[in-house]
Amino acid sequence: MTATLDQTPVAAEPAPARPVAVSRAYRFELVKLFSPWRVRLLVLACLLGPGVAVFGIKQQSTLPSDTLFGRWAHASGWAGPLVTLGFAGTWALPLLTSLVAGDVFAAEDRLGTWRHLLVAVRSPRRIFAAKALASVTVILLLVVALAASGVAGGLLAVGNKTLIGLDGHPLSGGDAAGKVLLAWACVVAPTLALAAIGLLGSVALGRSPMGLLLPVVAALAMQLAQMLPLPVPVRLALPGYAFIAWNGLFTDPQQLSPLLIGIAVSLVWAVVATVLAYLLFLRRDFTNLTVDNAGRRVLTLGVAPLAALFAVTVGVVAAASGTTGSGITQEKLQSSLAVEFAHLYRLQEQELHRPPVTEAQLHTTAACNKGDGLAAPDGPGNDWRCTVTWHVPGVAITGSAVYQLDVTANGRYIADGDGPKEVNGYFLLHTPDGDAPNPLWQFDGNVDLLPSH
Amino acid sequence: METTAAVRGQGITKCFGDVVALDNVDLDVARGQIHGLVGPNGAGKTTLLGLLLGLAVADEGRLEILGTPVGRALAAPDGIAGFVDGPGLYPSLTARGNLTALAGLRSRDVRAAGVDEALEQVGLTEVADDKVRGFSLGMRQRLGLAAALLTKPRLLILDEPSNGLDPAGKKHVHGVLNRLAAEGATVVLSSHRMDDLEALCSEVTILATGRVVFSGPLAKLSAENRELDYRVRTPDPRAARRTAQGTPGVTVVEPSGTGMRQDPEVVVVRALVPALDELVVRLVRDGVAVRELAPVVSPLEAAFLALTEQPEQERAHQPERTKEQAAS
Repeated sequence: MTATLDQTPVAAEPAPARPVAVSRAYRFELVKLFSPWRVRLLVLACLLGPGVAVFGIKQQSTLPSDTLFGRWAHASGWAGPLVTLGFAGTWALPLLTSLVAGDVFAAEDRLGTWRHLLVAVRSPRRIFAAKALASVTVILLLVVALAASGVAGGLLAVGNKTLIGLDGHPLSGGDAAGKVLLAWACVVAPTLALAAIGLLGSVALGRSPMGLLLPVVAALAMQLAQMLPLPVPVRLALPGYAFIAWNGLFTDPQQLSPLLIGIAVSLVWAVVATVLAYLLFLRRDFTNLTVDNAGRRVLTLGVAPLAALFAVTVGVVAAASGTTGSGITQEKLQSSLAVEFAHLYRLQEQELHRPPVTEAQLHTTAACNKGDGLAAPDGPGNDWRCTVTWHVPGVAITGSAVYQLDVTANGRYIADGDGPKEVNGYFLLHTPDGDAPNPLWQFDGNVDLLPSH
Repeated sequence: METTAAVRGQGITKCFGDVVALDNVDLDVARGQIHGLVGPNGAGKTTLLGLLLGLAVADEGRLEILGTPVGRALAAPDGIAGFVDGPGLYPSLTARGNLTALAGLRSRDVRAAGVDEALEQVGLTEVADDKVRGFSLGMRQRLGLAAALLTKPRLLILDEPSNGLDPAGKKHVHGVLNRLAAEGATVVLSSHRMDDLEALCSEVTILATGRVVFSGPLAKLSAENRELDYRVRTPDPRAARRTAQGTPGVTVVEPSGTGMRQDPEVVVVRALVPALDELVVRLVRDGVAVRELAPVVSPLEAAFLALTEQPEQERAHQPERTKEQAAS
């Protein structure tokens, strides 16, 4: 006869509390995040939307020339994902981070599941880590989907063709591919900053709609600030600057300093906002949800530290860059315009089937003034007027052309040809890929806001 | 033999700001027992259940759960499951999806976690693949119980588990709780449904304004109670009334005074248990048929009302106890 010990769970001595592993809590959060149709629809929209839009642009006769690289959308398949990137940085990514990171904590408030989750996971720290990781995973997936869709749409609709950079120099398909992917990778940093702001809002404001909308509101506020004539250090200290700083990748030499500063600032914001959200979350009382002094905590642990971070960043950028002005000077604008004109002149010559020329042969220079010489020649404005001169190779003639420039506060400008019409007027050129507008008629350019050393 | 109490709390005090939610509460729950927690709204039941679930720590006092002292950290020993303020469920997942996701937190092998068995125990097998969004309150309560069962708890904490249950659901829930207790698990549940508590619990603790006003077996509660109103249903109410009026210690009460609806076959009497026994003897002796004899309100409910009436009145004038008042 064999005696057996009845080992029911009841008889066993309780073990110390064992929190659930972060990896399992992370999987649990992913299951919850993907269960509503809303998130699945978002993924689908990101996978299809940009590709369909780029395809649509190709079918239209007009170009989205108000968007960076939009005027090259019919010429190169790599312009499509950059047009998508411009739109994503302005609208799509803030909205997506709102819907994911802005709701990841608030959803538990809405559903009344906090206590259940705490009992199940047994560690607020691990819950926070799992939620933050899961929301970042979904956001990165959406970014990858947007990029892949834009690239696929562009390549399928137009093809792997030369892209014209922001200083007019041509980028072969391979170069353009690398830079386009790098540009998309660069916006991950500001997206993470917005996601962290979303986490902070979601933790601090709970089920309040403001918690959900905080990344969108923050992104719109930063875009508004970028439109104002603010000093460069203030502009670069905003975590959303990297959403536009990627355009520096498309000049030669590349304008990397603003981009790197923008990425660094975004990452610092992402870390600080996440830490603040974490501290707020750990201070929350889950037994008595009616006791709420969140307002004071949001100020002391949310708004005040971020305002301090912004002030410190402005100071650091100002000290490191040695600039406090707008960053847009007459000298930079003249140099940028002359270089770009020379590159595009070569392209025009090529499309007109003329003998090739080099930039060195052209000796291009530009002279710009602002407000007909009545305004100080610096800063943004649509009253810049420039005269470009160049040597015509093989002929003892100096050519000149006039441009009206609309320079925005972030350093981007649109040059609009103002004669002579044979040089920079509107006419179509026959290219191997079909008719294209004269490249010297209207073009986008970019001024490096930081001093060039 | 297991002698350690499942829950042993001494002098537990918990404050939220200046409000004293629990004031020097003692609580002893033996293993294998279904223990009821009763009290008016705001009495501190949810706070106490939250402490047991490890959602908060007491400001003062000692709490020992399943033989393990609870420290200052927000954590309870393994083997505790349950819910307060309703079960936490995700409406966009199915019933099975909710349980599977939950099981995945603890176990690599979700199939071995017993999701289907848990659903079967609470009678939700047929709706296992339906989204929880469409579930009634009673179905959610049962699913919440199933979620708690997944962890094979040694201590189950349930806040108002009978809310919204239909008779079939109630039968399932009672069956599960009784089986758990029979297997040695301990259940602590709060409820406003006195019939449930009487059917399930061997002991109860009554809380009022954060203090324990009674803790012990239900039988003791009845014995400590005052006279109760009883409903006597008879085909000859006139004779029954005459007999009751002639029985020492028995008072005939007008049904309108008890809140009951008028019924020509019912006589309501007020008496202690010995006097009631004597009334039954006399009714039989006088040849008065008795079809039903039952308390108008359950002994537990009557005791609850009697024990919490005073504090309730105090609360009406002074809604929240402060630390200073608690100290005095």
